[in-house]
Amino acid sequence: MELSSELKKEMYWMMLLSRRLDERAWVLHRQGKIAFHISGIGHEAAQVGAAFALKRGHDWVTPYYRDLALMVSLGLTPEEFMLSLMGKAGEPSSGSRQMPSHFGLRRVNAVSHSAPVATQAVHAAGIGLAIKIKKEKKVVLTTIGEGSTSQGEWYEAVNWAAVHQLPVIFLVQNNQYAISVPPEMQMAVKSAADKACGLGLPGQMIDGTDVFAVYKIIAELADAARNGKGPALVEAKMYRITPHSSDDDDRTYRSREEVEENKKFDPLLLTQKRLMDEGIYTEKDLEGLDKKAKQMVTDAVKLAEDAPYPTAQEAAYPVYAEEVPNV
Amino acid sequence: MSEKSMVEAIRDAMDEELARDENVFIVGEDVGQRGGVFRATVGLFEKFGADRVIDSPLAELSIVGVGIGAALYGMKPICEIQFADFIFPAFNQIISEAAKMTYRSNATWTVPMVIRAPYGGGIGGGLYHSQSVEAFFAHVPGLKVVIPSSPYDAKGLLKSAVRDPNPVIFLEPKKGYRLIKGEVPDEEYVVPIGPARVSRFGEDLTIFAYGMMHYYALQAAEQLEQEGYSAEVIDLRTLYPVDRNTILESVKKTGKALIVHEDNLTGGYGGEISAIIAEHGFNDLDAPIRRLAGPDVPAVPFSHPMQEWFMVNPEKIFKSALELARY
Ligand SMILES: Cc1ncc(C[n+]2csc(CCOP(=O)(O)OP(=O)(O)O)c2C)c(N)n1
Ligand SMILES: [Mg+2]
Repeated sequence: MELSSELKKEMYWMMLLSRRLDERAWVLHRQGKIAFHISGIGHEAAQVGAAFALKRGHDWVTPYYRDLALMVSLGLTPEEFMLSLMGKAGEPSSGSRQMPSHFGLRRVNAVSHSAPVATQAVHAAGIGLAIKIKKEKKVVLTTIGEGSTSQGEWYEAVNWAAVHQLPVIFLVQNNQYAISVPPEMQMAVKSAADKACGLGLPGQMIDGTDVFAVYKIIAELADAARNGKGPALVEAKMYRITPHSSDDDDRTYRSREEVEENKKFDPLLLTQKRLMDEGIYTEKDLEGLDKKAKQMVTDAVKLAEDAPYPTAQEAAYPVYAEEVPNV
Repeated sequence: MSEKSMVEAIRDAMDEELARDENVFIVGEDVGQRGGVFRATVGLFEKFGADRVIDSPLAELSIVGVGIGAALYGMKPICEIQFADFIFPAFNQIISEAAKMTYRSNATWTVPMVIRAPYGGGIGGGLYHSQSVEAFFAHVPGLKVVIPSSPYDAKGLLKSAVRDPNPVIFLEPKKGYRLIKGEVPDEEYVVPIGPARVSRFGEDLTIFAYGMMHYYALQAAEQLEQEGYSAEVIDLRTLYPVDRNTILESVKKTGKALIVHEDNLTGGYGGEISAIIAEHGFNDLDAPIRRLAGPDVPAVPFSHPMQEWFMVNPEKIFKSALELARY
């Protein structure tokens, strides 16, 4: 499968826009303008590649908090992300009830995410079951960090999908850390993909810094799943370039040298180089795009800063799908 | 009208709802060919097929989590937990996911599902086939908690639960499955979730109960009658959200309240009823509020004399009610 230059450009744009949004979130945090940020820097290739492999608005996703680039690729706007960072009204995942990055976007079938890790994997199995019962040609993508594959919830979800041959792709983003804990303290296998053989579905480890490779592999698996070929488990490897979150100090558990060394595999830089090598973009083109992305982010920040907060009264609902007396 | 047992009424409700709405399906352990260990789903697998009556892997959290996923997709799962004692692996999915989904997503996502579980002791089930679990769930906004005590209510409430757009915890007093029989209309009906039911009118005191204890409370009231006291009996039926008006109106009339449940006393559901009366009906009281409940030991012991020591029964209710009536 040869990817068109157009497609490559689109993917690069989503990586770039997500990166600039993410970086701005860190700045806003350091300026004291937002309370919290959890970053996806280093994850963009895996997430954008996976998102582009889906039929947006047709297929389903149960994402996790690291998935900014995935969500932006699916259609989350810069303004919407900034509204969530600032806890403003009109934020689409939760009306700013949840912390930022607890994603969810109904209009693209991206299910609301909570904080307890791995719960979303089970929902993906349930969505897959519904798709299978209704005999529809759709796939569910569910994402997770490698550390969270230690949870029983995750094993039960994968087991369900394998037993019932459900159209679910389990994408594990192995960024080498679960806060401070490395993968070898989470699992005795080399890759979370190796867990597949014990559960009865195909598993593979892929390079999570190569956006085009991720796209090709997930697109193929998605196509198979939509056509009744069952689930798949993929581990995409990358490096978490930032601390776990804005509340974390990663100097307490990893060296600066290690981080600097891994920045060589920053997927944004690797993709830029590829696009230039392939003659798709010149350095000047890239500069222009960068300017455009930064401007979009600045505009989004401005819009969000000017937006109102939700009223305190909104906190009282909606507890139920309809009005309930006495509650 | 036909005479039915509790478990037959429950099965009829599911049979009718499966036939009414193609989105309804049953998932749980041994619910298929076996028809459930309590026979609540007998014949449904044969009638509706393996896509509508699904034998799950032996894993409760994913019975519920998969149900949630399917509900998010627009289906109406009826999840059967084989015994309420085994609902705890699913606690996270119920509390963190099902209960909070509507609120946390600003109602962009909702979870229309039913979780059925047989509960309660007095059946020789020992610690792990006897527990009452209602207090854990009747604390949680976003859930509805329903406990029927008659075949009529069991059928009508279960049909309402299936049609409800929210997660409903439907606890079935397993001792009453075959013991409690009653008239059930042959034609279609539902019993709304919410209102309590005054099942016996009286003047001297009110006994509040639900499930098996309500069945016993009616027997105790008969006995009290012979002693010259007229007891009002209220079947709470919906524990959450609770029907405060019916509770307070009755206390206004009788001035005395006895609250009965078989769950442990401390932190049990009776505390909430007691608090409602104390806060809003204090001036109507002619005697201290009484609670009669299971003792504060971890669960119901197996050996018969020890089990009977634990269990609340008609005689214990009669004695407690008589003391209160004479106060
Ligand atoms: C059930 C649960 N336990 C603990 C936490 C706290 N916590 C949040 S993220 C995290 C690490 C997750 O690591 P990993 O799964 O590798 O994902 P990553 O953050 O690296 O993308 C922990 C321990 C949580 N959110 N949920
Ligand atoms: Mg990780």
